[in-house]
Amino acid sequence: MYCSSWQFWSSLHKGSSGRCPWLLFPFFTLWLFAPPPSQLSRCDWLCVMTRSDRVVNCSCDWLKSLDLSRVTAFSPAEDRFNMAASLRCFLRTGKNAVSALQRREFHRSLPAAVQVTVRDALNQAMDEELERDERVFLLGEEVAQYDGAYKVSRGLWKKYGDKRIIDTPITEMGFTGIAVGAAMAGLRPICEFMTFNFSMQAIDQVINSAAKTYYMSAGLQSVPIVFRGPNGASAGVAAQHSQCFAAWYGHCPGLKVVSPWNAEDAKGLLKSAIRDDNPVVFLENELMYGVPFEMSEESQSKDFTIPIGKAKVERQGTHVTMVTHSRYVSHCLDAAAVLAKEGIECEVINLRTIRPLDVDCIETSVMKTNHLVTVEGGWPQFGVGAEICARVMEGPAFNYLDAPATRVTGVDIPMPYAKILEDNSLPQIKDIIFSVKKTLNV
Amino acid sequence: MELFNLNIGCSCGSRVVVSRSFADFTPQATFDIKKCDVHRLEEGPPVKATLTRDQGLQYYRIMQTVRRMELKADQLYKQKIIRGFCHLYDGQEACAAGIEAAINPSDHLITAYRAHGYTYTRGVAIKEILAELTGRKGGVAKGKGGSMHMYAPHFYGGNGIVGAQVPLGAGIALACQYQGNNQVCVTLYGDGAANQGQLFEAFNMAALWKLPCIFICENNKYGMGTSVERASASTDYYKRGDFIPGLRVDGMDVLCVREATQFAADHCRSGKGPIVMELQTYRYHGHSMSDPGVSYRTREEIQEVRSKSDPISLLKDRMLSNNMAAVEEFKEIDIAIRKEVEEAAQYATSDPEPPLEELCNHIFKNDPPLEVRGTHPWATLKSVS
Repeated sequence: MYCSSWQFWSSLHKGSSGRCPWLLFPFFTLWLFAPPPSQLSRCDWLCVMTRSDRVVNCSCDWLKSLDLSRVTAFSPAEDRFNMAASLRCFLRTGKNAVSALQRREFHRSLPAAVQVTVRDALNQAMDEELERDERVFLLGEEVAQYDGAYKVSRGLWKKYGDKRIIDTPITEMGFTGIAVGAAMAGLRPICEFMTFNFSMQAIDQVINSAAKTYYMSAGLQSVPIVFRGPNGASAGVAAQHSQCFAAWYGHCPGLKVVSPWNAEDAKGLLKSAIRDDNPVVFLENELMYGVPFEMSEESQSKDFTIPIGKAKVERQGTHVTMVTHSRYVSHCLDAAAVLAKEGIECEVINLRTIRPLDVDCIETSVMKTNHLVTVEGGWPQFGVGAEICARVMEGPAFNYLDAPATRVTGVDIPMPYAKILEDNSLPQIKDIIFSVKKTLNV
Repeated sequence: MELFNLNIGCSCGSRVVVSRSFADFTPQATFDIKKCDVHRLEEGPPVKATLTRDQGLQYYRIMQTVRRMELKADQLYKQKIIRGFCHLYDGQEACAAGIEAAINPSDHLITAYRAHGYTYTRGVAIKEILAELTGRKGGVAKGKGGSMHMYAPHFYGGNGIVGAQVPLGAGIALACQYQGNNQVCVTLYGDGAANQGQLFEAFNMAALWKLPCIFICENNKYGMGTSVERASASTDYYKRGDFIPGLRVDGMDVLCVREATQFAADHCRSGKGPIVMELQTYRYHGHSMSDPGVSYRTREEIQEVRSKSDPISLLKDRMLSNNMAAVEEFKEIDIAIRKEVEEAAQYATSDPEPPLEELCNHIFKNDPPLEVRGTHPWATLKSVS
């Protein structure tokens, strides 16, 4: 009985063109995607399916392919509880449970995965790169003795000392220029801006001295530097401290612009950025610093890097493509979970890199789902979403669109202070859900 | 250090009769040089400078080359073979020659847009400089940089944004200190840039961290069309470093510049931190080729400086009056340099422009090939590192 229902469900998934079968989904999705612990019984049968004594007599081909010798010997009750927790974790990212099971990810995630906050992931990345290459050093306001304005560089000064972790005076243009000069002369600086709002004071050094130099010198002079810091809105910091610079820096050739979401992104991308021989603008998000994420065993290795310029599909879907970056990946996944209950399967793409944009990933997805919604915190005019729409229009995916693309963005105003106003200045989950439904015309 | 080669006369094809033999010349002489004004220093550079015959001829050669190269650039610009910006350095040659004489090739140098002279003293060939000005593929930056963006090992340009090169220079000095290589960075800026805020930010950090940076203000009395009196509340540029010691130097005398730079380099290398130098100099041309240079100053003033303080004449007269060289030798050097510059100009006008395939290259270093958006969606352009 179990086998047959699995077969039916998995075949539905594989053969789905995104149209009528989703009508049947509510029954299966409600059953599978509701997370509370009291629903252990629903997870029971999943656990049951992987336990050796029940499986050997099953005739399902995919079950036979499982390597059951790798099942860890926990007590059955503990096993089921952990499985449920892992399942919740997985389902939050919207992973396809069937394919996840087939890939034995439940088993793999159990022993070695740890919960790491984005802040700690960034700290680890910098620590590892400082250790790996003597030329790497960090400079910025409060990075050393204060342990970082947001504690991202906690412990680094104690470990590496004054030479490699440098506190600067409050002189952005000056210390950014110094960092760029040091990069020109052979070092590999990490230049921290307390927030990217202050980078505006130094933007000439970032663009004219860093980004353009390799081109102007026809390859004679490179600038291996990372500019990092929190970008975009925080909480209650008002207009001058809440601007998103993704579009501003994303506009300029010669720069790479990266925008991580979770802890793995943060670590892998920061390591890649530091190892890159080019100027990289690394846009973090203050509100994400304290959020823990599961980090796989692979991502805990000292050589774990994520390539710059490649987006990641965080959640597979069939009805609409949501393209987003940074904090809004969480919002999109939450919106997708809600929409899934109504039978709308959203594909969520985490851009990871703003420049160069992974247009191929977006186009492949749009050609599958026929609908596009971009989500960002920045202002709409000349923004990241605007660029994505233009690129989709210019490429092969345009012919696959069943509706005009939609941009969900921050409100086109300087950020207000009062909480109610601030909350309504940025995309909320309800805005994303509303926009998806409008795009799908449901 | 290149030694003067007596055969230079013979190599250019003309028969030269040098009536006096080598042994007749004074091999070395000591000259009195102008005392430098000091700021926060017990004593300044020495007031006497020793010059050997070889050194003298070398400095002469360098300054004359820069002079002729700049005049050739002037000519090419008027013929519209050079376009865009062209900021000429003639009149200020003693600064470039004197600084280079006092530092090592392993030291670092960065300057602003009036950079052709320094590009030459830092080792780039004349033909590569002129070809860059004319925008040809044989240019030092393959035609992609232009007048203000020429680079060489330990020479960081050539910078177009006024004042931006000063924090960059402090950063290069930081790298020297970090790597412990006993090198210094010479960071140049003009009297116009001297009022930029980022300079003071750089001064603060350089002094705080004792960076081995020699900040040099080339005060040629005019920031574009604005005289120093109209731009600066304090025209004592050597004091503008406040807590940083300073020197005011006669920038028209190559020996003065050399001695002062030597003094400054020793100061930095000994770990005392940065130092500021003001070189009082003059430019004969306007701010750039689009500025005739006579609307904000008189022709008489220019003429007076030319006749009384020209750096090349100053050196030549000194050597002649001390019997260190013959008039004919200088003539030979002049002829040789003219020929060299002429050949370089020939090269710069005949070399082909960079191929269109090069358009998008050198965006990133060590990256796989990248597609670049052209002027319309159907233009497929590629960028190779």
